Amino acid sequence: MTPFTELEGVMAVMPVANINTDAIIPSPWLRFANADLGKGLFGSQRYTEDGRERPDFILNQPPFRSAKILLADENFGCGSSREAAVWALEQFGIRCVLAPSFGDIFYENAFRNGVLAGRIDAATFERLREAVRRHPDRPVVRVDLAARSVTAPDRTSYVLHVPAARAEALLRGEDEIAATLALEAEIAAYYAAVQVARPWLYPAAASRGDTV
Amino acid sequence: MMPENAPVQSTSGTALTVFEKIWNAHHVRRLDDGRDLVFVDRHVLQETTSAQAFERLARAGRAVRHPELTVATQDHVVSTAPGRNEHSNPAGRELLSLMRANAHAHRIRHFGVDDPRQGIVHVIAPELGLALPGCLLVCGDSHTSTVGGLGALGIGVGTSEVEHVLATQTLALNRPRTMRITFEGHCGAGVTAKDLILRTAGTFGIAAAQGCAIEYAGSAIRALPVEARLTLCNMSIEIGARLGLVAPDDRTFAYVQDREMAPSGAAFAQAMAEWRQLRSDPDAVFERDVAIDCSLVAPQVTWGTSPQDVAGVDERVPDPAGFSDAKRRDLAAAAIAYMGLEPGMPLAGIPIDIAFIGSCTNARLSDLEAAATVARGRRVAPGVRALVVPGSTPVRLAAEAKGLHHIFHDAGFEWRDAGCSMCVSINEDIVPPGARCIATSNRNFENRQGPRSRTHLASPAMVAAAAVTGCVTDIRRMT
Ligand code: SF4
Repeated sequence: MTPFTELEGVMAVMPVANINTDAIIPSPWLRFANADLGKGLFGSQRYTEDGRERPDFILNQPPFRSAKILLADENFGCGSSREAAVWALEQFGIRCVLAPSFGDIFYENAFRNGVLAGRIDAATFERLREAVRRHPDRPVVRVDLAARSVTAPDRTSYVLHVPAARAEALLRGEDEIAATLALEAEIAAYYAAVQVARPWLYPAAASRGDTV
Repeated sequence: MMPENAPVQSTSGTALTVFEKIWNAHHVRRLDDGRDLVFVDRHVLQETTSAQAFERLARAGRAVRHPELTVATQDHVVSTAPGRNEHSNPAGRELLSLMRANAHAHRIRHFGVDDPRQGIVHVIAPELGLALPGCLLVCGDSHTSTVGGLGALGIGVGTSEVEHVLATQTLALNRPRTMRITFEGHCGAGVTAKDLILRTAGTFGIAAAQGCAIEYAGSAIRALPVEARLTLCNMSIEIGARLGLVAPDDRTFAYVQDREMAPSGAAFAQAMAEWRQLRSDPDAVFERDVAIDCSLVAPQVTWGTSPQDVAGVDERVPDPAGFSDAKRRDLAAAAIAYMGLEPGMPLAGIPIDIAFIGSCTNARLSDLEAAATVARGRRVAPGVRALVVPGSTPVRLAAEAKGLHHIFHDAGFEWRDAGCSMCVSINEDIVPPGARCIATSNRNFENRQGPRSRTHLASPAMVAAAAVTGCVTDIRRMT
């Protein structure tokens, strides 16, 4: 995974609470294994029914067409487990979402895909929103993960809340599966023990090989 | 000091909640970042969230660790046209054939559309005896919490975690906080598990249980049949929970016994002895503890675009000005506009275009029976399209054995093959733009059932009542 250290770029603001994963990537884009999810990001809001861009939607407006950071209100990414919501953001070019809170599964999925889900205080949300509004010519924000800070266009810095272990894994670009596989012996020992303790739970294990 | 890999102790000393007991039994170790590594007893796959996981697994040169603990089905993008096969929905072919090929290549059992055990993941997991009390079951789908109705931990995950489970048979998770919702009092006429959980969303909001494992408790829950408990747990995710469960009891054990993949004979007896321990200790402490008085709950119907936008069918569309919270006020106003409604109008009488009975929330046999009771001897109102989509092929076959398909056919309902269908607009069953659908599914989000679709969530009997009257109707007034 590509490490995440610092990110500077245009920040788009969607000052809405409870933006759900169905809105982030609508179902029609999930029908194919290799759909262009970046194009599908916020598809229902971004395009008309016949597929034309809606000029009033923020990601269709310069300079936000090339946004790298998204600011949203609380409970961003609530709804379903669809990980494509994170892939859509990432493929569009957004590698950092800032919000006062996130849906649980979205939050997990973001870090697993190298996308920073940074929690900010409600007051910071308002200030960042205001700072970007006052700098329409250069709505650029800088995120420094190691320092846990986000710097507004007016150079004011705010605190970014990221659990230490999450931040370190992102900074290193660590693969979570490799980390777990390093514990393989311990997992195997656990499984051997519970097969004895709870044989009723693993009936398939007895007949392994002829279960297909 | 606690050893580094010890499971987290309960907040109340030695007294444990049922959730903590099951979690601890699956605890492999505590990770450095504070998360717990837990073992996954059952992994269920569906076609829309597994293709990329298999692709990345192959790219990394990793194997499936425990194919014998893994099962796959086809449900989301399948056609539900009667007599369909894997190729009937051209747009779904790619993902369906990938699911089949990946399962085959990794020796994973696969219940495809041609298998009599096929169905929506969350319907077949209990039905097959794959989900058991006290087990930890994972699926790349948010409504995995459904199996909590059996007293299992059902955890919905994203595709990266599907890949993680395939490769390691474990999950790294923050231990959810504990929450209890107690339901006391008798449910009035026409009030079902669906109404209870919608009322819960309406009362406490969609973020009420964020990061929590909910235990549904109380005399009203004990009185619920197992299929109704599955409905209740299904929508735990709609109030933000990580999972929801009902402690298993004799009803649960009777449900599980003799299921195809459940333990039998001496193994079942041993299992039952252990399952009897799966209840929260009397002095266990929940981090959040709330209650609902069932006697005050009317049959529910949603008026907005979030499950918390809900009211009794005898109530009115609210006036957004009545919400004290400014954000909620704006959201409610936007939702009412999207839904094409007016503040203050009665919910009963809103004309509908489509009635959808299906989904992992409400498409088990008892749900179809409830709908059939209303449909029997009546006709779908002119201009209304009404669909009944069983949650699984076994549900369809059981319903047909009881003659329910004749009742629905005679009343003018479509009787379709099993799948997610109109719940999610990722297959051929789509609500046309602007059309209004009353549905037994779990989500009324904007565009969920199709671009500009308008969704009202309700129970199966309420949806059947709307189908035959042509408008939202109080089931208690149907004689
Ligand atoms: S029926 Fe709907 S909610 Fe249930 S698994 Fe299918 S798409 Fe998801």
